[in-house]
Amino acid sequence: MSTVDIIKRCEELYEDTYFTAAREWKAADPSRKVIGYMPVYVPREIMHAGNMMSLGILGGGDNLEVIHGDAYYQSYICRIPRSTIELGKTGRLDFVDGMLFPSICDVIRNLSGMWKLMFPETYVRYFDVPQNYQDDIGGNYYVAELQELREGLEKLSGNKITDEAIRNSIQIYNINRNLIRELYDLRSEMPHNVSSNDVYLLNRAGMVIPVEEHNEMLRDYMDAAMRLDNPKRDNCRIIINGSFCEQPPLNLIRSIELAGCYIVDDDYMLVNRWLLNEVPSEGNPLQNLADAFIHESADSAAKYCDRHEDVGMYLLGTVKERQAEGVIFAAPSFCDPALLERPMLTDRMKEHDIPHISFKYAENSGQMQPIREQAGTFADSIKLWS
Amino acid sequence: MSANIETLDPQKDSSMLMQKEMINSNYDALTDTANNGKKVCSTFVPGNLNELIQSFGMLNNLPETNAIQNAMRQQSGGMIQSAERMGHSEDVCTYVKADIGMMSKGNIAPNGKPMPNPDLLLLSYTGCFTFMKWFELLRQEYKCPTVMLQVPYQGDGEVTQNMRDFVVKQLKEEVIPALEQVSGNKFDIDALREQMRRSAQAEDDLVWVLESAKNKPSPIDAYFGAIYYLGPMFTAFRGTQQAVDYYKVLRQEIEQRIKNGQGPITPGGSMGKEKYRIVMEGPPNWTNFREFWKMFYDEGAVVVASTYTKVGGVYDQGFRHDADNPLESLADYCLGCYTNRNLPKRVDMLEKYVKDYEADGLLINSIKSCNSFSAGQLMMMQEIEKRTGVPGAFVETDLVDPRYFSAANVKNRLESYFQMIEQRRQGQSNMIASAR
Ligand code: SF4
Ligand code: SF4
Repeated sequence: MSTVDIIKRCEELYEDTYFTAAREWKAADPSRKVIGYMPVYVPREIMHAGNMMSLGILGGGDNLEVIHGDAYYQSYICRIPRSTIELGKTGRLDFVDGMLFPSICDVIRNLSGMWKLMFPETYVRYFDVPQNYQDDIGGNYYVAELQELREGLEKLSGNKITDEAIRNSIQIYNINRNLIRELYDLRSEMPHNVSSNDVYLLNRAGMVIPVEEHNEMLRDYMDAAMRLDNPKRDNCRIIINGSFCEQPPLNLIRSIELAGCYIVDDDYMLVNRWLLNEVPSEGNPLQNLADAFIHESADSAAKYCDRHEDVGMYLLGTVKERQAEGVIFAAPSFCDPALLERPMLTDRMKEHDIPHISFKYAENSGQMQPIREQAGTFADSIKLWS
Repeated sequence: MSANIETLDPQKDSSMLMQKEMINSNYDALTDTANNGKKVCSTFVPGNLNELIQSFGMLNNLPETNAIQNAMRQQSGGMIQSAERMGHSEDVCTYVKADIGMMSKGNIAPNGKPMPNPDLLLLSYTGCFTFMKWFELLRQEYKCPTVMLQVPYQGDGEVTQNMRDFVVKQLKEEVIPALEQVSGNKFDIDALREQMRRSAQAEDDLVWVLESAKNKPSPIDAYFGAIYYLGPMFTAFRGTQQAVDYYKVLRQEIEQRIKNGQGPITPGGSMGKEKYRIVMEGPPNWTNFREFWKMFYDEGAVVVASTYTKVGGVYDQGFRHDADNPLESLADYCLGCYTNRNLPKRVDMLEKYVKDYEADGLLINSIKSCNSFSAGQLMMMQEIEKRTGVPGAFVETDLVDPRYFSAANVKNRLESYFQMIEQRRQGQSNMIASAR
């Protein structure tokens, strides 16, 4: 299959706000369940091990007309909770058996309670994670939280979630994480062949189809992309930071590229890149997931950084590793975690003379011209001074 | 999150004078560490560990309280703008920006003297994620020892044993050792118990005071007025003998007001006839606090219960600091603060207040800064209207950013809201009359 065909399929999945693929997956077997989750991270292995598909809900995008959702939020709250409510209120999530709301910010946290009130029949869990990274403190707490999640899902589905099944799921998700890492490496190596539009859509596809299918898709895409011979442009290499929750419109990502920037890393979807290394599939699987979370997970504004010296170092490391020439801080309007952290990150970038710009967006931003101009000027200035 | 009476200058009772003295004395102690040799711990209001901090002989400095003080003195606007000029987004919590702006302006305490740098940053972020990044920003500035206490959120509306164990373990293995190291004193569990015993005593009297609003007329305003009553409890005095004495005196005063059939004291003197009994959700606005309050008492509206007065502890639902189980009890305290309860529990609490306090309505002051409070409030209002039949209303302001207080809009909203309550009342009495 060509990259064009694969991306066409991804585009269809991206535009389908009724999640037909997940509906069909569920309909094929009565023991199957679907569990929705919001950014930024949930242990998808546990759902998978219980014959449940985890469905990534990243808001409604720029095509969904938000009618009900706006009635629930003041103007100064970001867009993603209102379009998520819209998805729920319009029956688009009526096949979803449970929803997980990870601990990322107060908006998603409160949305978990709103969901409980709005959809009392649905299994709703606020998924808390440790901000303390000591094994016997945060680690133990997290293992117990994972166990509670496991029991809740067992009760919901009637399916037993055995250690063996979780170990098996860990292996499958290890493959997925590995393929995603390869995809990011490939883009960084040949951004002319692997566009950010493609990487984004491939990632989004992984939110709404079974992981096995996604693994195949990623392999096929990379095989085909490596064979391409697209012309190399004189673009500068930049990293996107701050977009880990509410997503920008696809046009915004395309605009940045069109403005002369190759995106060589980003934090659009972290769930499949959260655990940085292979999770051991021997031994106690919950302990392994907890260890990976505590010791080898990505950095994001949703996490507490326990030493000042480490603030921004993950981003700095990525800049170096990807040989990036600049950072674009692109955060959703009113996004507290991203915007509170931004000054600390920009300080770190200044310290190391890394060029950077900042802007805000909303998932339904329409006007791309200003962003294209800003990114274009940024790219020009990098080229001029490098 | 609570204020100092001095900026209001209403009719002063003994309790008010006591409160003013207490708050001033804490600022004096804080700005005199060069002489008194005390170590300073910066921490936040909700879920603060005052008893523990005091048991190590340390002083407690609360950045939200400083922001409030600065707002009431009309200083916060400039501070916020200077933080924004330094690169902080206009979208984020203005407490954070007021604090950062205050530092950039020399960190002058309300008594006019420079505030010392903290010796320890103790982050216990109960009920709000902003605290976590705020704390990282403070650490960048002060470069002092830091310790964090993560308090899990009550996602299912209950405290599980795992949550409690997690908090206790952090207290034992992280927080207490950090306090020992910075203060140079060994942990003394008996000193902590003693503090907690006094906390519980003061908490009993505070609850009595808050519940006095069930009287008609209510002898207190349980939002604007109660902010003062909570000053000592939410800040550096919980656990001290001063707090015990203060709440005793306050209680006696209110007992007297009930006997006299009096309403609350306001900045304009004793309130006139009580016309509307309101339950409030959300923090107040601080830059125009007095103006905001006046919009209520001018109309005869008294707040009989509020949720903001529970951000530093929900005592009226039974929690007391328990000297027999000190660390577990501190954990339960942190876990139980209002914004750490999930939304359905918050709605239940409001429903109970509307019913128990026989309120005429629910008013939400929605704060632009504060997602922790604000996200979901429109739904809360709908739920309360559905469950209780009383009308809800919504006003939008900010905490300490004067740019977001539009007096004309707020006043209009409130006036039409009170009129609506009045009309409903008329409608109901007409219905009763015609049924007869
Ligand atoms: S966009 Fe930011 S503020 Fe909004 S829900 Fe996501 S993390 Fe929270
Ligand atoms: S967001 Fe709200 S709870 Fe959090 S620090 Fe700001 S005012 Fe306090």
